[in-house]
Amino acid sequence: MNAELHTEIPENSDLDREDKMNESGKYTDTYYQETEERLAEVEEAVLDIEQNPHDKEGVNRLFRAMHTIKGSGAMCGFDDIAAFTHHVENVLEKVRRGVIPVTKELTDIILASRDQIKIMLEAAYGKDVVADAEHSACITVALKNLLAESWQGKTIDPPLSEDKEQSRTYRIQFRPGKGIFGTGTDPAFLLAELAELGECSLDGHKHSIPELKDFEPEQCYLYWNIILTTEKDMNIIRDVFIFVEDSCELRIDVIGEHTDSDVETEHKKIGEILVERRDISSEELRNALRTQKRVGEILVEHEAIDQDAVHSALIEQRHVRTISKKRQEAASVSGIRVAADKLDTLVNLVGELVITQARISQVVSSPDNTELANPVEELERLTMELRDCALNMRMIPIGISFGKFRRLVRDLSADLDKNIELITEGAETELDKTIIDRLSDPLVHLIRNSIDHGIHTPEERKDMGKPRVGKIHLSATHRGANVEIIVRDDGMGIDAELVFAQALEKGLVSEDAELSRAEIFSLLFTPGFSTAKEVSDISGRGVGLDVVRREIDSLGGTIRISSEVGRGTAFVLSMPLTLAIIDGLLVGVGPERFVLPLSMIEECAELTPEQIAKTRGRNMTPIRGELIPFIRLRDIFTMSGTNPSIEQIVIVKVDNLRVGIVADEIVGNLQTVIKPLDRLYRDAEGISGATIMGDGTVALIADISELIRCAKD
Amino acid sequence: MNEAANMTQYLTFTLEKDEFALEVVRVREVMDYTHITKVPRMPEHLCGVINLRGNVVSVVDLRLKLGMEAVRKSENTCIVVVEVRIDGEMLQVGILADSVQEVIDLDDEHISPPPRIGTKLNTHFIRGMGNRGADDFVIILDMDKVLADSCTGAVMSSDDVSAEEHQNVTLLQK
Repeated sequence: MNAELHTEIPENSDLDREDKMNESGKYTDTYYQETEERLAEVEEAVLDIEQNPHDKEGVNRLFRAMHTIKGSGAMCGFDDIAAFTHHVENVLEKVRRGVIPVTKELTDIILASRDQIKIMLEAAYGKDVVADAEHSACITVALKNLLAESWQGKTIDPPLSEDKEQSRTYRIQFRPGKGIFGTGTDPAFLLAELAELGECSLDGHKHSIPELKDFEPEQCYLYWNIILTTEKDMNIIRDVFIFVEDSCELRIDVIGEHTDSDVETEHKKIGEILVERRDISSEELRNALRTQKRVGEILVEHEAIDQDAVHSALIEQRHVRTISKKRQEAASVSGIRVAADKLDTLVNLVGELVITQARISQVVSSPDNTELANPVEELERLTMELRDCALNMRMIPIGISFGKFRRLVRDLSADLDKNIELITEGAETELDKTIIDRLSDPLVHLIRNSIDHGIHTPEERKDMGKPRVGKIHLSATHRGANVEIIVRDDGMGIDAELVFAQALEKGLVSEDAELSRAEIFSLLFTPGFSTAKEVSDISGRGVGLDVVRREIDSLGGTIRISSEVGRGTAFVLSMPLTLAIIDGLLVGVGPERFVLPLSMIEECAELTPEQIAKTRGRNMTPIRGELIPFIRLRDIFTMSGTNPSIEQIVIVKVDNLRVGIVADEIVGNLQTVIKPLDRLYRDAEGISGATIMGDGTVALIADISELIRCAKD
Repeated sequence: MNEAANMTQYLTFTLEKDEFALEVVRVREVMDYTHITKVPRMPEHLCGVINLRGNVVSVVDLRLKLGMEAVRKSENTCIVVVEVRIDGEMLQVGILADSVQEVIDLDDEHISPPPRIGTKLNTHFIRGMGNRGADDFVIILDMDKVLADSCTGAVMSSDDVSAEEHQNVTLLQK
């Protein structure tokens, strides 16, 4: 009966695409991707050198990127791109040699060339754009003019090497006074603070701890040697100890400086030289050395120092070695390009493995399988590591999209005669590639908003006593299982009362509604809302923020606003690290299981028959003094079975609205791999996907916002 | 699909008393009945999803779709996983069958067009009638068409062919 029919099914879903592609198709793909990345690099580098014209490294990066675009363009048959880029490269070559200075004119034209290359690239790739040959010619002429212009006689500052922050290695000897605990200071906090400054190796000295009979628990017998490599200077390190400095012994010495030009020249040892000169054989040398003791051992033997001191010196040696090794590695870190769909397949397979592993664990958990318990535990650990590893591969630093925002701020503030600077932080924060791609539009929108509405012109700012240059901070940081992305400006801020008045006018709220500031600000995300007095070209049509919110929602994130009139506005986005896995709460209704996304859940409570009796048929119940509407999963999903006498209510928060979801039982937390439903079930209301549980059955993931919408209808 | 070789293999299965056939190339596998997780708020014939080696696959109760009574589960009940093309998208769908019979070879000559009348099925779903000799006919289904309107949730009706054909035209235009 269970006859598997092994028949090859022709894969024809990709046929259309394959037809279009000829032999060079795959090169085209690679070139397109690579050039897109190079162009992002170009943008970044141009903006860098615009800010700091002496940034020689920036000019070099720019030159290399353009050179690559030209070179691989010619190789893959994009002759027009190669020819065009050639002119840009010529100019950059002169910039590199210091013949042409970095001016606004230069950066403008290079950015214009970059945009033109992008258009040409997209046109060549079959996108729906046409490269304007006339525009290309214009840029080429301008580039040639730049080249032809005589820079003789004009003084050009010789390109200086960039003043990079140097990192140094410090040796910190910290010997707290014995009574340090009495002042209420915990040395562990100080050490943790140090560890935040940079790369840190710790060595605790324990040998002065007395015998137990002499031990006073309120005294501190330990002291520490810390080797720290950081870019911060010594004063900052000293500040860490500011409150204990008087009562402790503290010595901070610089033991090494590292710069990027650090060339590792290792001096040969005497033995090596002798071997090289064939005075002795390496065999003889080794024999002779074997009789020699290590310096540390000799010193200990002579009772000059104790074992701990030698140990800490060794740690110092190791620390310095790893730092210089890392620096060498950093220069040579290489990567391989992997198609995104291969990674998707990998993540999928690993997801399946996780499920299978969970099933095995379940089988083995019965007590008569003790022999298997160990290997299965091992399997569990490996699977988890493999999963983290696979998910990690999809993670890319968010910084790659920052270049685009800098360009946006530069161009847009110039258009609006505003002087605005974009400051980015946390470029190294990693997120799933899909999320970064899909966050791009919402972030562009928020930044445009800040430029257009948030920040005044330099004159207006000056009158208000603010610095002429407006600032937009874009930062990304890890917050638990989420990444928090903040777009903050120092502009005029949002007037909560004005927002409320507008909402009232549009009939979005009733007059007697008592709303907190956060709730009022969240009204801004309602479709069709705009507080800008004039509709401008850029934003203010009131179709913006609701779109932003919808996109953030669909990525499983949240967005909120905090703002102060006259001080500025901040949009705080909290995004999950990945789309493939969610934390969920498993609830049961009859035999069926549903997963509720944990991120939306506030609390769980019981719904007793007494409470039901009080509801008098309305689906509302008081919880913590607030009347909360609730939705029974059994009713909304029209499932059979009767409600148990005590039901479970899960309180979720959606758009500042607290709603209860009622189920028969709460099974527990689980971390789960999301599987999308296929075409037939995609329109299922209130269900956003499915997941496979440990026992191999399928549980559905509830879409809470949609459930609430269904319940309203 | 296989005009040149003329011979095509079909898998036959039963629903109620009738015997149906599907092209073997479209069949991925046949599996025993397993727990089906019902997806709420969906038409009755879309009876839920199953775990097929780590993938979530939709299951369709073909009897309901074809206007018969719902499947009564027996030990012969099984799920035939087939590939269908819906909206130009290939996907795997499990269909519930009362029992799976055999794999047969059929010549194109032995397949006659669906009868215009005389069957309670929507002829639009039928690719042809296969004659296994001695006037033993099997109904060859066109699964793409059977499932094409499942997304919209419309339940079968034999008079509704024109509307469905209209839908297929729009699909082609996509």
